[in-house]
Amino acid sequence: MSAQTEQRVERVLVTPGDKLAEGDYKILTPTTAYRVGTSYYSSIVGLLELNPQEKSLKVIPLKGSYYPRVGDVVIGIVSDVGLTNWELDIRAPFPGILYAVDYLGRAINPSKENLKDFLDVGDVIVGKVEVFDRTRNPVISTKGKEFGKVIDGALVEISPVKIPRLIGKKGSMQSLIESETNCKLVIGNNGRVLVLCEDKRYEEIVVRAIRKIDVEAHISGLTDRIKEFILVEKVRRGLVGNEERKA
Amino acid sequence: MRREKPKLVGEDGIRHDGRRLDELRPVKMEVGVLSNASGSAYVEFGKTRVIAAVYGPREPPQRYMVLPHRAVLRCRYHMAPFSTDERKNPAPSRREIEISKVIREALEPVVMSEAFPRTSIDVFIEVISADGGTRTAALNAASLALADAGVPMRDLVAAVAVGKVDGYLVLDIDQVEDNYGEADMPVAMAPSLNMVTLLQLNGVLSPQEFSQALNLALKGVNEVYKLQKETLRNKYLVRVE
Amino acid sequence: MSVTPTSPDSIIPRLKAETLSSLTKKGVRADGRGLEDFREVKIITNYLPKADGSALVKLGDTQVLVGVKIELGSPYPDTPEEGVLVVSAEFVPTASPAFEPGPPDENAIELARVIDRVLREYGVIDASKLVIIPGRKVWVVWVDIYVLDHGGNLVDASAIATLAALLTTRIPKYTVSENESIQVDKSSFSGPLPIARKAVTVTVGKLGDSLIVDPTIEEEKVVSSKLIVGVGEDGSIAGLQKSGDGYLTLQEVEKAIQLALKKGSELLAKISESIKLPEATSTESAEASSVGEEKPPENNA
Repeated sequence: MSAQTEQRVERVLVTPGDKLAEGDYKILTPTTAYRVGTSYYSSIVGLLELNPQEKSLKVIPLKGSYYPRVGDVVIGIVSDVGLTNWELDIRAPFPGILYAVDYLGRAINPSKENLKDFLDVGDVIVGKVEVFDRTRNPVISTKGKEFGKVIDGALVEISPVKIPRLIGKKGSMQSLIESETNCKLVIGNNGRVLVLCEDKRYEEIVVRAIRKIDVEAHISGLTDRIKEFILVEKVRRGLVGNEERKA
Repeated sequence: MRREKPKLVGEDGIRHDGRRLDELRPVKMEVGVLSNASGSAYVEFGKTRVIAAVYGPREPPQRYMVLPHRAVLRCRYHMAPFSTDERKNPAPSRREIEISKVIREALEPVVMSEAFPRTSIDVFIEVISADGGTRTAALNAASLALADAGVPMRDLVAAVAVGKVDGYLVLDIDQVEDNYGEADMPVAMAPSLNMVTLLQLNGVLSPQEFSQALNLALKGVNEVYKLQKETLRNKYLVRVE
Repeated sequence: MSVTPTSPDSIIPRLKAETLSSLTKKGVRADGRGLEDFREVKIITNYLPKADGSALVKLGDTQVLVGVKIELGSPYPDTPEEGVLVVSAEFVPTASPAFEPGPPDENAIELARVIDRVLREYGVIDASKLVIIPGRKVWVVWVDIYVLDHGGNLVDASAIATLAALLTTRIPKYTVSENESIQVDKSSFSGPLPIARKAVTVTVGKLGDSLIVDPTIEEEKVVSSKLIVGVGEDGSIAGLQKSGDGYLTLQEVEKAIQLALKKGSELLAKISESIKLPEATSTESAEASSVGEEKPPENNA
């Protein structure tokens, strides 16, 4: 159990069927907790954050698959080419749909143009979930300069539930990694991360740091450990000295 | 019944393997034992050993095999050819088909399948060693594997079989007790919610015996439930300081 | 592999589900029955000329035909001095739009195995009296349950038909010659199938928060789970099977069993009565059919 005093919120490991609270609480994370009468129960193995002041509760999953939400950034891999759209593997129970009109910014003539010439099976794209209402497959959009086809970089897959930890509070973990290695991270909510480094030698350090976060996300003190880890790895590879040294 | 029935329970209430009437066999449980599955578990009850794997929620291989408002649960209980005294034909038997059904139906009321419409949640259980109580061990493992996969459930399902052997009601019967006993009653519950999700009786009990047997099963179910929760916690608590 | 049913036949309009639920809360059902009432049971024994025993049962719209064949066979190795019982069930495609041609599915297998267990564990057939040459030749009792029309509660209808068929089954005449070869003469009989005691099943369904017996096919779509109870003639519980995607509380289990035991003894009395009049049943069967034909259903709308 670790208490985070600045929030006055406690974190407790819970399992399905564990009673979380009694009374009238707001469940901030639907599907991970449910209510029967005035009792609240967990439906997963996760960390309970109970806020008695705000009468809210949250269960943070330690494991889970990706379930699309509108607005999510996703990194998808083209799995099928159709006449007017591509199907993307987005690590969800359903394929994502990318319409040619969206990707190309113009209408296409299926009888004259073959979508394979623009994106083929195996290509990687970064996009956003634009539409998902559970009755059909999620629609992915690549409108926006940060989205589109990926031509360079390393792709890492981690558990989607660890992504918030990789981003960190107000982006702190992501900024830490980026600044310590001069790399850029494109983080997909679907558990895929693109690592872009000017200097390729840092790429492997970043990949390992991401995997470390995947395994240790629920253990406190992670930010400091990652900072130390990156430094140690840089030293091992003789990269310190080219950069400013951090105490 | 069968010939040459061995004596299975002594007058002192000690069973052929030294257990008391209300004692479980040695239990071992572990989660996260397979690398590819979304969730997995390994469970032992004495010499009965099972492995369960959960894949999903995912798109089912036959895209038409979905429901618009919830996930479909697909469940297979299967015994490996080397799991029994005599080699078992690997083709699914009528018994395995029935057990697959009762196991799926024992999980349906707890799995929150409405959270994942148009997907399939697949549960595969392999019995690698069979010494009685395979379906209850299978259900315990399936439950752990679903939790390990992060599939939301209203509660864990805990299961145990009660038997009537040499006239005594006993908990967690093994194969010998099942073969020569007068009744075999597997029970599964979602204990926090007072839900009985699997109940079968193979044999004959008077209504009074049944009530006693149900009570004994409840005791066993609660013990198993505790062990399941410990197993899930231990996976993560080892790392948290 | 068992899969959540996805066929459209399992979907019932919400309005109908709510109607049925609210009716049971008031203690009645759509067809006017009370929660604890069975539909009328019609039992016709000796229905099939080529079977050694048979019965047709009509329970509302449900029609189940059971044929029993007695054949020579070998005993199981661990019970050399007992005859053999084999119970199978087929849900033939004529019975329902939901039944596809093919080998028995999990529901047919479950039904056969549940009834088999009740008969076997309760000792309905005295298998020790089915031995011809110990360790080598015994009578095999083949029970084949044929669901012809699905109007709900297939298990109980099948159990009733099975018991009625077994009670009127006769063992063919046979002679054992010197070299232990056996001649079976199917044109005459050596005696009735030895029945030690009787048992039947009663299915109790949970509809909303109420317990009902003998659900119709419409009610079954709303029933969240069932408890099939094997009831012995001495009031013992001869088998149990919780079936369906729902659950029962511990209290509901106890209540359901009490209800089943009560209804079971009523059913057993009814079955015994209908067996008592062998003349009547053989006239009925003579009217009814040549092989393969069926009496038309009597209560179609």
